[in-house]
Amino acid sequence: MFAELGHFTLIAAFSVAIVQTLVPALGAWRGWTGWMAVAGPAALVQVALVGCSFAALTHAFVTSDFSLRLVVENSHTDKPLLYKVSGVWGNHEGSLLLWVLILAAFGAAAAVFGDRLPETLKARVLAVQASIGVAFYAFILFTSNPFVRLDRPPFNGEDLNPLLQDPGLAFHPPFLYLGYVGLSMAFSFAVAALLEGRVDAAWGRWVRPWTLAAWLFLTIGIALGSWWAYYELGWGGFWFWDPVENASFMPWLIATALLHSAIVVEKREALKAWTILLAILAFGFSLVGTFIVRSGVLTSVHAFANDPERGVFILLILAVFIGGALALYALRAPAMQARGVFGVVSRESALVVNNLLLVVSAFVVFIGTIWPLVAELMFERTLSVGPPFFNAAFTPFVVALGAVLPLGGMLPWKRGRLGNVRSLWPVALLALAVAGLVWAMQTGRSLGGPLGAALGVWLVVGAVVDLATRTGRGDLSERAGRLLRLPGADWGKALAHGGLGITIFGVAALTAWQDEGIAALDIGERLTVGRYEVELEGVEQVQGPNYIATRATLVAREGQRPLGRLYPEKRIYPVARMPTTEAGIDSGFTRDLYVVIGDAQVAGGWAVRVYVKPFANWIWGGAIIMALGGLISLCDRRYRVAAGARRAVTPVAAE
Amino acid sequence: MIWWGAALMALLATPAFAVLPDEVLEDAGLEARARALSKDLRCVVCRNESIDESNADIARQMRLLLRERLVAGDSDAAATQALVDRYGEYVLLDPEVGGANLILWGAPLALLVLGGVAAGVAVARKRPAVEALSEDEEVRLAELMDEPARR
Repeated sequence: MFAELGHFTLIAAFSVAIVQTLVPALGAWRGWTGWMAVAGPAALVQVALVGCSFAALTHAFVTSDFSLRLVVENSHTDKPLLYKVSGVWGNHEGSLLLWVLILAAFGAAAAVFGDRLPETLKARVLAVQASIGVAFYAFILFTSNPFVRLDRPPFNGEDLNPLLQDPGLAFHPPFLYLGYVGLSMAFSFAVAALLEGRVDAAWGRWVRPWTLAAWLFLTIGIALGSWWAYYELGWGGFWFWDPVENASFMPWLIATALLHSAIVVEKREALKAWTILLAILAFGFSLVGTFIVRSGVLTSVHAFANDPERGVFILLILAVFIGGALALYALRAPAMQARGVFGVVSRESALVVNNLLLVVSAFVVFIGTIWPLVAELMFERTLSVGPPFFNAAFTPFVVALGAVLPLGGMLPWKRGRLGNVRSLWPVALLALAVAGLVWAMQTGRSLGGPLGAALGVWLVVGAVVDLATRTGRGDLSERAGRLLRLPGADWGKALAHGGLGITIFGVAALTAWQDEGIAALDIGERLTVGRYEVELEGVEQVQGPNYIATRATLVAREGQRPLGRLYPEKRIYPVARMPTTEAGIDSGFTRDLYVVIGDAQVAGGWAVRVYVKPFANWIWGGAIIMALGGLISLCDRRYRVAAGARRAVTPVAAE
Repeated sequence: MIWWGAALMALLATPAFAVLPDEVLEDAGLEARARALSKDLRCVVCRNESIDESNADIARQMRLLLRERLVAGDSDAAATQALVDRYGEYVLLDPEVGGANLILWGAPLALLVLGGVAAGVAVARKRPAVEALSEDEEVRLAELMDEPARR
């Protein structure tokens, strides 16, 4: 019964979305107030309906309703409750349902918080948002219906992919989707602005919170995915340049660029047409990402639904929305005249450099990701593009971005001089000194370590100096008081930029100074890696809720100092017939000790692998700080959604 | 249950991780070269994993072949080529520079230059018509700024 109710409410949501697309858009075009007013209530009804549908599917998973094909294929009665719930989105159909739920939720949020938006803009934003919904409802209902029943329900299910049965990955997709789909708001605002034919400072101010929220979720989602890969896949890699990872990384890069260019629109009314283009591109890359994951054209670790028909459908959605938006852009963008002019040395110019580096790097990732496809179709070469290419092609952009960032952040708007960044000279010297020191201290001769350390210092101390400069002159207590009263956006900026420095340093340090050892150990034998030593104390079989594990107990020491016991596991999920590894990790501030257990060896003993991963946690720590910066900036009163709208009721025409 | 699990484990078991102790070469120098090379070679049945990371049997065979070639005295390039000859260009995670791949390798710089020129032209066109203040104006401005303080 619940499943049919879910199916029914999904169809109802589809119908409401169609109404929400057509009626307000027509109303905005003809100037009919009543028709425009339909948008808000429709958005709320739509989210309520799709929410019911999602709840119905969740109910089916939680109660293990094996008359649903989706539940049979992705669940099992023995599975812990958390993974029964996360199983809802751990598959193609369910994850799309989550996709449209979030899409509708963003639309509803815009309807609730956007009550001060100009009437026509609001109607158009909600209409565009609903039109994306229409496409995806159709996609779900016609190709990927989650509510399909079976004639003969089996007694039990086939279990969820064991790799997905993990707390890190349970919440990775929702965050990622909040980010992907959040960018649809920026897209809707961009298309609505093109339809209105007006982009002004107020528009920049409205679009920024949505972009910031999407960016924030995307950052958390990517960090969660990377962290999961680190501890779950068994060799402590944190980024693989896998097509699916790239699919989430490209929108992140573009969203970061968009976030910065929207500031220029808001503060200086420049870069308008470019910002609109970025908003379209950002969501375009989200759709490309969805296409890559769902179509399975690019094989990857994560692809769980490979179906060409679905791929074609998404390609069609991509063509209609992005093609349509770009055509509209070509038609209307020339009318978006910039008002603010700026000099070559200015904050605006620095942000142009930021945008250039971010967007070009996103396209580099894009080309690398689709190159195997292009090479096969056009040159008949079956080849791979792996980490060596991406590392070589992408790293220079990060280095350039990091080098420019503190300088650009301190330049004044409109016209600056190099004297404006005088206070950064000591920071540059400090960064160079640290690089030299690290170079002298390290054992290997890698360039990456010192470079990462220098960039880290440059960014973190640069952010601190920037904050300190903002407190102006005066004695210390006066300045401390002002520091606390600084707007959230200033704090957010410093935190996000400092966090980036920490992440860059973590990545560089881990890549440059990782150490490892591998051996077949008998019980009681020891393996030494650098200053660390592990002793195999025992190996036992353990029964988990839906798996059987071989669990090793190892005693870890740093020199003579005991670090405690580590329990790496090798699990077998009998129902899904898949093995997984669970690393034993001793996390520390400056290093992780990472232990993996393998099979019993023919010659006796167990295969044991030990890694020392320096500064591993700094990678995700930095990402969390970046996200925190985004959150604080989002809470800034000045950027409350539609704040300042009153002023914009009589907007200054941009043209 | 445990016994049944253990039996099943033996049936399903794939090596829990990549390089196994029995593969490691005696000569540390050769082993280091093998590890470095295998990081850039793709396991042919896996989804985007190098043979250094992969658990698959075929990856093990590829690792063993690579080590065989190195022990036989091949150079890094020759050992890699031996794998390419057997398994195809697909195994190279580091795509060859040459032929159509020049487009791939040239893309970052080409895009940066193109974008840079476009951005440069756009910014230059938006340069303010008003030039910086003249010296006299700077002096006058400083006077004006100081006035309230003197009062």
